[in-house]
Amino acid sequence: MSNPLSPLPPEFPEGEDRDRNNFLDEGGVTEPNADEVAENAIELKEIEGLSQGRIVFRRFIRHRAALISMFVLLFIVVLAFSAEGIDALGIVIPGWWQWTYTHVGDVINGGRPTLSLVPEWLGGPGIVWGDHPFGQDDIGHDTFAQVMRGTQQTLMIVFVVGIVSTIIGMVIGAISGFFRGTIDAVLMRITDVVIIIPLLVLTAVLGRTYGNLGSFVLAVVLGLASWTGLARLVRSDVLGLREREFVDAARVAGASNFRIMFVHILPNAIGVIVVNTTLLMSATILLEAALGFLGFGVQAPDISLGKIIFDYQTAFTTRPWLFWWPGAFIVIIALSINFIGDGLRDAFDPRQKRALNRAARLDRAAARARASA
Amino acid sequence: MLTFLSRRLLASVLVLFAASYLVYVLTANAGDPLEDLRTSTARNKDELIAQRTALLNLDTPPALRYFIWLSGVLKVFIGQFDLGKARNGQPVTLLLNSAVSVTIQLLITATLLAIILGLLIGITTALRQYSGYDYVVTTMSFFFFSLPSFFLAVILKQYVGIGFNNFLQDPTFALWVIVLVAVIAGFAWQGIIGGDGRRRLITAAIAGGSTGLVMAYLSLAGWFNTPSLGIVVIAVLGVGAAILISALTAGLANRKSLQTAVTVAVIGVAVYYPFILISRYLTLWSVLGLGVLAIGVGILVGYLFGGADRGQSARTGALTALAVSFFTVIDRFMQSWHTYATSDLVGGRPIGTVGAGTPNLSDVTSSFWILGLDSFTHLLLPTISLLLVSLASYSRYSRASVLDVLNQDYIRTARAKGLGERTVIMRHAFRNSLIPITTIVAFDFGGLVGGAIITETIFGWSGMGKLFNDALHIVDVNPIMGFFLVTGSVAVLFNLLADLAYTALDPRIRVTV
Repeated sequence: MSNPLSPLPPEFPEGEDRDRNNFLDEGGVTEPNADEVAENAIELKEIEGLSQGRIVFRRFIRHRAALISMFVLLFIVVLAFSAEGIDALGIVIPGWWQWTYTHVGDVINGGRPTLSLVPEWLGGPGIVWGDHPFGQDDIGHDTFAQVMRGTQQTLMIVFVVGIVSTIIGMVIGAISGFFRGTIDAVLMRITDVVIIIPLLVLTAVLGRTYGNLGSFVLAVVLGLASWTGLARLVRSDVLGLREREFVDAARVAGASNFRIMFVHILPNAIGVIVVNTTLLMSATILLEAALGFLGFGVQAPDISLGKIIFDYQTAFTTRPWLFWWPGAFIVIIALSINFIGDGLRDAFDPRQKRALNRAARLDRAAARARASA
Repeated sequence: MLTFLSRRLLASVLVLFAASYLVYVLTANAGDPLEDLRTSTARNKDELIAQRTALLNLDTPPALRYFIWLSGVLKVFIGQFDLGKARNGQPVTLLLNSAVSVTIQLLITATLLAIILGLLIGITTALRQYSGYDYVVTTMSFFFFSLPSFFLAVILKQYVGIGFNNFLQDPTFALWVIVLVAVIAGFAWQGIIGGDGRRRLITAAIAGGSTGLVMAYLSLAGWFNTPSLGIVVIAVLGVGAAILISALTAGLANRKSLQTAVTVAVIGVAVYYPFILISRYLTLWSVLGLGVLAIGVGILVGYLFGGADRGQSARTGALTALAVSFFTVIDRFMQSWHTYATSDLVGGRPIGTVGAGTPNLSDVTSSFWILGLDSFTHLLLPTISLLLVSLASYSRYSRASVLDVLNQDYIRTARAKGLGERTVIMRHAFRNSLIPITTIVAFDFGGLVGGAIITETIFGWSGMGKLFNDALHIVDVNPIMGFFLVTGSVAVLFNLLADLAYTALDPRIRVTV
């Protein structure tokens, strides 16, 4: 919406071109139901004076998949950290789950999972949680405890990689785009050098080197390898933003280069940064899992979801639960972060706005006519 | 143009060398290459350590050792290409020789298929935005996007590979499977074709019904043990393809183009029996040669029919010739299927889950068709597992890009001046929407290489990915550098191709800088 006050003739409301691609579905106009009316009301409100943050927030919570994913992810975080407790930096808080991930118990019933979700009236044993809901491995580790600990480690790695690579990518991109010239050329050639090495190759080599120093160090190192994409995107955004009037205004007011870069320009590039960091984080889960699977990720005695699968990959036919549970958690976490990223992209990018239906277009045209009158 | 390309190439080569330095130093510091000897209990331990140190120049620090390696690489200009030796003394060039072709085969097949299918899915979902079909495809691509490739590979190996082999023991479908597939097919087609409720119902009924009938026939006739298309099916498919291709490229109103396409299809069917007759003497190159010949015939027919737009007819003819040749070759492969699947070496379990080919098969037969089938059955699962992940992202990107293009002013202009929907989509939208996708494909190659490392490990291919994985576990620098040099060069090549594609797709881009 370039100029909400421009009096467009009602025959051509702005939302019209969105439906252009439905050229074969002629006459498929449906009556608006209550949901649609509510949604349209929110959409209409966007032309009232709302702050950028407010608009983004409203659009985000309207993206149903993203909102659900947010709660799923939150649930997994709470579950993983409460079940196995926290054991980091010398602080040890025990969790509510009876076994720890290092506890070796007796193998009961071949280590089969005791979790059952088939209710009794369907002929199943009822909804049972049991002693080892996700089963046990061949020497008696509780799989639930291991998966929870692995989830903790994976989440920790994902967030650390997200933070580290965002900081590096943001700073390099901002400096490169802001100063241009030689500094830009040098920084972008460095980025090219890192980008040409396949990410899995680079991280596998780094993981082989630093994997035994603990998962936190590994996470930082992975972050040092995966900032390149963001740096390029931020650079191209900053290149455009630095020519805008508000930058000139800030300079006239006497702001330093540093201040202009980080206080005036970067907040305007926040959309690109947030969205790509999210997508990077979902890619990191898969990367960590792949590294764990190749044996270059987190090393024993610590575990991550990828490492659990690596450790038990030969047991697929005999103990499939050692494969399915960690895999399912990887997929769920990656999926929810992807959906959140998608929701954020829709929220930040006005071009990706959802289609308005006919009623909304008419409403909007009426609102516009009122505003111009 | 040439200046631009040579400049780009030079810059990329410099970047590649800088990156190789980084990889060399990082890899050399990744661990102790003598670890296994230090902990060994062999009596001649010191001697072995000295031997390996001498072989790999371990007494030189890595930052300098790189230049020993580099001098070997640069010897390529005097004809003595040398990539150093692996830990066991084998020259890396020798190791790469066997590994490269296997991996490149895998990567290229997966990339090409991902591009073609990704574009198809992306365009159809963009044209049917917010339809049921769009939502299903979007959900699935999110799912595949979030699926670790090894997870997918293990599942494919277990359920598709072994499952399909089990299915071949008794290749019949249960009734509920037929009904389920028919319902899914009906749903998918009505989503793609679209229209009002009545038209959707008719589409769903036709698509679902024909799918069900075909499956029932295949099941009852035991088709999976002795598959073939036969001349009748090829004729039907050929004419169908001819009509479809001319409808998409020139429009059915262009009679010359339609006549060209149908004539080419008829010629294709006419040479079916002669082709089958000589097929057993053919090799890979002669089959490719015949394919080129077929395309040439297609162009010639189009040119002779001529009409207002000779180029258009020639293009339609060439595409139809390609389609008919494809059906014929598929049919010929199918005819060899029974011999292949029931041979002693394969033993009725044709879908391979380990390795890039059945061992010893090339000693028994030299038939192009049998060996081709063997490669196909072994490529199938690794390619799918490599494909699905990139397919998910390609289809998403091409959908977004087509939607973006469809909202441009020039599309509005094209519609406003009264062009038909086909012309707007095929001429104005399709080509422009390819531009952003080119970038993604070139950029994504690194990801595919990573995927190949995992896929090869799971499916036991002795390609470059496995070479890399094994070498990194024992910190053997030279094979890793060989791996990086090959994949890095291919990545540089892909980027150059992407640059060329830009200029071909968008005439506004002038590369005379």
